[in-house]
Amino acid sequence: MNLTALSAFETAQKVRAGELNANDLAEAALAQIRAIDGVPGSLAPGILESAEEQKVHAFIQVTEELALSQAARVDRKIAEGEEPGALAGVPVSIKDIFCVEGTTTTAASRTLANFIPPYTATAVQRLVDAGALILGKVNLDEFTFGSSNESSAFQPSTNNPWNTDHVPGGSSGGSAASVAAQEVALSLGTDTGGSIRQPAAFCGVVGLKPTYGRVSRLGLIAFSSSLDCVGSLSRDVRDTALMLQVMAGSDPKDSTSSTRPVGDYLSALQQDVKGLRIGLSPDYEAVYYPDFESGAVHSEPVQKEVRDAVLRAAETLANAGAEIIENVPMPNTRYGIPVYFVISRVEAASNLHRFDGVKYGYRTSAEINDLNDLYRLSRGEGFGPEPKLRILMGMYLSAAEHASNFYQKALKVRALIRSDFENAFDPEGDYWLDALLTPSTATTAFKRNAVLGNSVLMQYSDQMTVASNHAGVPALTLPGGLDESGLPIGIQLIGSDFGEDTILRIGHAFEQLSTSETWRSEKPQVLQGEVKA
Amino acid sequence: MTKRITPELFDKLVGLAALELSAEERAYLFEEMNHQLASVEAISQILLPAEIEPSLHGLESQGAPPRADLWERFPDPAAIIALAPETEDGMISVPDVKGAK
Repeated sequence: MNLTALSAFETAQKVRAGELNANDLAEAALAQIRAIDGVPGSLAPGILESAEEQKVHAFIQVTEELALSQAARVDRKIAEGEEPGALAGVPVSIKDIFCVEGTTTTAASRTLANFIPPYTATAVQRLVDAGALILGKVNLDEFTFGSSNESSAFQPSTNNPWNTDHVPGGSSGGSAASVAAQEVALSLGTDTGGSIRQPAAFCGVVGLKPTYGRVSRLGLIAFSSSLDCVGSLSRDVRDTALMLQVMAGSDPKDSTSSTRPVGDYLSALQQDVKGLRIGLSPDYEAVYYPDFESGAVHSEPVQKEVRDAVLRAAETLANAGAEIIENVPMPNTRYGIPVYFVISRVEAASNLHRFDGVKYGYRTSAEINDLNDLYRLSRGEGFGPEPKLRILMGMYLSAAEHASNFYQKALKVRALIRSDFENAFDPEGDYWLDALLTPSTATTAFKRNAVLGNSVLMQYSDQMTVASNHAGVPALTLPGGLDESGLPIGIQLIGSDFGEDTILRIGHAFEQLSTSETWRSEKPQVLQGEVKA
Repeated sequence: MTKRITPELFDKLVGLAALELSAEERAYLFEEMNHQLASVEAISQILLPAEIEPSLHGLESQGAPPRADLWERFPDPAAIIALAPETEDGMISVPDVKGAK
């Protein structure tokens, strides 16, 4: 049996039944990481041999001792007849933006390279309490600021397991790659403008951005506090439902976490899609972006294979009894990125002021005269280009003389974007949708270095995902096919507020209905000579 | 398109942000900020309905009311102090505010 290929659901079932032990699962995951991950990301990687360049490089830190001790605890509970938890023995990776007590938490930045938090994020703690095994911390764009993983200060950054010349997406690229490469069954990620869904789509896995507030943000190093969502990456929808079931729910230490009752997400998967109304929108068929010189807005259609995959999925669901509603207007989708440029930068600048070389994190070793020198040099040496860019842009956009033109207006346009979703899902409205079906990304994974450095083009890779962050609604990406180059295509289901059960139900149904499609039997490049435990 | 962020304004922002930048970084960040501004300008063209209100969160908070304003002792304050790059007698240490030397 290939232990690393098991789903989280199957793994936990077998551990709970005494058919597998957690220690063997931890050892199998560690063996897989040793075989295909290569050197972990570091601040001084040196020159890599060509074979090493083709490794996955998902991990910044492998927490072998922690995983084995957690496995021993699960096995002891089983032996003593105690309840081991819903994720008993399931290998998990954690995006290195979550605090884990006693474990280095870097945010993929030199600024926090040596930061060891004194507490654990709520979402991580809930996974551990449910019996999950934490295999390590995985790479990301620095402070989550990016869509390719390449901006990490910890190099080599992660490669796409389907083709290591391509990026895994970002910012949760290490999470997506570690799941796709069967190093772990689940990964914990964050999604502020698409940072779970874009890499999940690029790496051919399932990614969920829950409703804003569904999962606690305590212990997450903040990027944009009104947009940040904690979510999951897995290889199938059932595992996503299982992970959400464990993590969701109110947290007294996060006032934005919702007190609404948590749904029964696994039970929801038992239902079919008959009678569900699923929308298609022409406003998700192209990316709109500005010309730097003229200011004119251009449009670029979504990659044809991606659009075809969405239409195929709609047909599949229609054949199973869903009603497909075409031409649902979502006219403010095109403003998602400009609004994101404003809101996320203003909030990022505010959140990054805390890194000053005083309380924790990086402090310059240069000769200094006073406190201002300490701040300036510590921040200048600690932050990479992308955090610096976001700080400066956020300060400009929130300055008193510009705030009414930009920040205040962006908050109003966010309300317009939200109104698109309210109209689409309104039970008394013209469309009364249960879900909207769209591409997850406009293209499949791009090549390494193809976009790096162009901060505008990089941001526009999130155009299909960012509107649901502005609106706060849940959204799920799942594999919908492969393009001509063999790279994964993601399709996205967007739901109404706290409608995770519905989009998981539709996603699961699509998986079941498409099991016989040939693309489902294809495997990532890095698994061609896979390790058998 | 005329650059809205001038070199002088850029320098002012860099000072306020407390960032030491190399010449290469300055050139890159200056260019990228103006490129991003070209995208941001799109929202200034949008005609907004008069009644639209700013949205601080897409979905307004559904959380519990704030807890009582009572302090709680952290179990291990020394662990927090130990994170500081420089400490003295259990206190976080910094240089003088202005001109120590």
